[in-house]
Amino acid sequence: MSGVIVNRVRKGFYLDSVALMRLSKAVSILDGVEDAALMIGTPSNKQFLAEAGLLADDGEEATVSDLIIGIRAKDHKAAKAALAHTDALLKGSARRPGGQKWRPKTLRAAMQVAPDANLAIISVPGTFAAAEARKALRLGLHVMVFSDNVPLEDEISLKREAQERGQLVMGPDCGTAIINGIPLVFANRVPKGSIGIIAASGTGFQEVASLIARAGQGISQGIGTGGRDLADEVGGITTLMAIDALDADPETEKIILLSKPPGPRVATAIVDRVALSPKAFTLCFLELEQIDLPNNATLTPTLKAAAEHALGNITFGESFLIEDIVDTLTTRGRWVRGLYTGGTLCAEAQMILIKGGLGVASNAPVPGATEAAADSHLMHVMLDLGADEYTAGRPHPMIDPEVRSEHLHNALNNEEVAVLLLDVVIGFGAHRDPAGWVAAVLDGVRHQRPTIIASVCGTEGDPQIRSTQVRKLEHAGVIVAPSNAQAAELALRIVQRWEK
Amino acid sequence: MEIIDKANAEALERILAAQPILADVKAAGDVIDGLDEGVILHAGPPITWERMCGPMRGAVAGAIVLEGWAPDLASAERMAAAGDISFYPNHHFDAVGPMTGITTRSQPVLVVENRTFGNRACCTLNEGLGKVMRFGGNDSEVLARLRWLADTLGPALSTALLRRGGLDLKNIVARGLAMGDEMHQRNVACSSLLMRDMAPVLAEAMGSDTSLSSIFDFIGSNDQFFLNIAMAMGKAIMDPVRGIESCSIVTAMSRNGTDFGVWVSGTGDTWFTAPANMPDGLYFPGFTVADANPDMGDSTIIETVGLGGFAMAASPAVAGFVGAGTASEAVNYTLDMYEITVGENPDWTMPALDFRGVPTGIDIRLVIETGIPPTINTGIAHREPGVGQVGAGIVRAPMACFEQAVVGLADSLGPS
Repeated sequence: MSGVIVNRVRKGFYLDSVALMRLSKAVSILDGVEDAALMIGTPSNKQFLAEAGLLADDGEEATVSDLIIGIRAKDHKAAKAALAHTDALLKGSARRPGGQKWRPKTLRAAMQVAPDANLAIISVPGTFAAAEARKALRLGLHVMVFSDNVPLEDEISLKREAQERGQLVMGPDCGTAIINGIPLVFANRVPKGSIGIIAASGTGFQEVASLIARAGQGISQGIGTGGRDLADEVGGITTLMAIDALDADPETEKIILLSKPPGPRVATAIVDRVALSPKAFTLCFLELEQIDLPNNATLTPTLKAAAEHALGNITFGESFLIEDIVDTLTTRGRWVRGLYTGGTLCAEAQMILIKGGLGVASNAPVPGATEAAADSHLMHVMLDLGADEYTAGRPHPMIDPEVRSEHLHNALNNEEVAVLLLDVVIGFGAHRDPAGWVAAVLDGVRHQRPTIIASVCGTEGDPQIRSTQVRKLEHAGVIVAPSNAQAAELALRIVQRWEK
Repeated sequence: MEIIDKANAEALERILAAQPILADVKAAGDVIDGLDEGVILHAGPPITWERMCGPMRGAVAGAIVLEGWAPDLASAERMAAAGDISFYPNHHFDAVGPMTGITTRSQPVLVVENRTFGNRACCTLNEGLGKVMRFGGNDSEVLARLRWLADTLGPALSTALLRRGGLDLKNIVARGLAMGDEMHQRNVACSSLLMRDMAPVLAEAMGSDTSLSSIFDFIGSNDQFFLNIAMAMGKAIMDPVRGIESCSIVTAMSRNGTDFGVWVSGTGDTWFTAPANMPDGLYFPGFTVADANPDMGDSTIIETVGLGGFAMAASPAVAGFVGAGTASEAVNYTLDMYEITVGENPDWTMPALDFRGVPTGIDIRLVIETGIPPTINTGIAHREPGVGQVGAGIVRAPMACFEQAVVGLADSLGPS
């Protein structure tokens, strides 16, 4: 206790003791200050100050209605500076404004804050998702389960309970829905319209909804079901409830149903249910090309075809003339490398390449493709980078494009690669500038590179703005197709020409 | 689930139905059955002399001398170490005590009756600040004050309370909440209200006795005088909630300076314990976190009834011990506590939350489900005996207690 002890007494001053303790701490850490305390002059406080070596004669004189500022500093100059700082603090000049908004931590509390809410989105680790979803159902909420890795038996019991309650469970692993015009999780800004969408896949939904928006039309409701809903074990509970809901919805005129091929028993149930509907259905089961359907339903082979059919058999992107484009290109290499962030977009592209006679390998192979392996570099390789093996412990490539980085560099540096096929998915939930990221990677490549083809899944209403994204890609020398299907067709034609 | 919910509804009903009345002040030995010679009650779950923290050992030694079981502190410590003293938690004797919580037969205790259920609970009188037994103080000054409490203040309060027919505590607490008390860190409003109410009867009872002014001075200079009353009240409210089959409501949270312990209604008198946490807070001049003892005392009965850290919204300044210290943070602490409680107490409302009732009835299932441990406002004791309080702050109850409690309750329910 070697320093200078300075006391200042403010007569008739009161401030809450906790506030004074906070100020004491702020003053005691000033340069040249050994210790400091602000205390009201009660006998016990004076004793504290004395024992801490902070009480001088001035402070000794203070009463219970006075404030004692006690400072022990290395010299008078430091003490004086500290006193001046203390005065400023007491004037409140250093007080910060504002506070923190409280956020509910449970559904129970959230319902008190928003009693009119009727839908909950569950995004917690899969092990806990069913428990949270069940709570939401019991609070009378429809549920969208974004979480994946939810056990199948949980999905079944959740959907059965929801069915009994007349509530909808979208998911698990449901990344996209548009309810009453509001895009949920990964979704695009799409106008209100007369086409209803029921989709088991997120990017399939996004592609179809975006194509509809770009054709100047809109959707009434977009309901996600989760990838396993049409498996026989689950029985299509959500899909069937969604058909009921859209059937009853006067705003919905046509219905698009997107999914992987249904289980055989569910397929029958769905087809029977569709036959009862007065509305026209467009079905797209991607890997399934033949199924007996009632008159009001049509099966389409690709996402693009589904959108075109529902829009009244229009044709998309007629000005994107594939043969003309191929004529302008100088070929190099032999293989197609598809680096996808959207699983269904990857599947659609695979279907197109296979149909064109190419041998395709993929980590998520469609029928006719082979499982990607070490020697698949001598094939056309289509990678779904959103698959579990790439996203364990890191964000989905739609959120964090870095996942695609290494694969992109490898493909760019591989002279055997003729075509690099990419998807750029924008919208809510997606990275804020995925095209800019791709462009930045390409900017660093000086040598001759493969033909790079991309499509941008999204709309002008999305935060990233589709036309802006397209421009960035084109500026970087990327050929931007109007749809993923056309991007794949162009890739197909390029390598087909090489094979001749 | 339904069985537990029903049991919890019963628990909440009992908490809300309580009518705690400060009835009397008596020698502990006269009102606590089994508090015999050689018996010392302490705060928190059961603990042996070997595992007691410094302040608790200091208080034990002081209490032994105070009771005349040993002539001096050194021989008192030898007695305790030799196993000549029986140690039990206050909670096992319908009692609570602040910090070390040391209670022996000659000490005066506040007696709170819960008139709805006919039970009563006790707590020692608040000794004021500085060197005091609740922080392990045991020198002659400490013991002299304790004798004054026993010989002067206790009997005076007793006479006045009997004259007055007891004091309705629920009402005082309700008014205190509106005046910025949360009953753990802040008791200045309730202490003043008590003084205002009791002064006439005290004066009447004491007549021309000159000790009246010393009584007024003692209570009037101690902002925390009401804390011990609130603690006895909390205990009197929670005891009728003990032992409801399948009930997942916490009936006591308590710390002995080494362990934190939790009682749950459905598991009766089984303690679920974990090492006590270090409070986060601000220190008095001359002290730092290095001086602090881990969390200590039975005062967490305050939070157990929905006050203290649960009623922080009523007492914005208290939130200043940690974080940015804004009033909205104080409100947020309370809003979080609604996440882990089954109800609200309409008798105890907080102006800052549009007179919403304090969060009441801690459900261990909600604590586990949300991962939100109860927030506790607390004083911080020096780790050495006899130094006293060195700061104050906020501490969280250890989650491990609640994890064990959920398993314990599940075991008690048997296979479903």
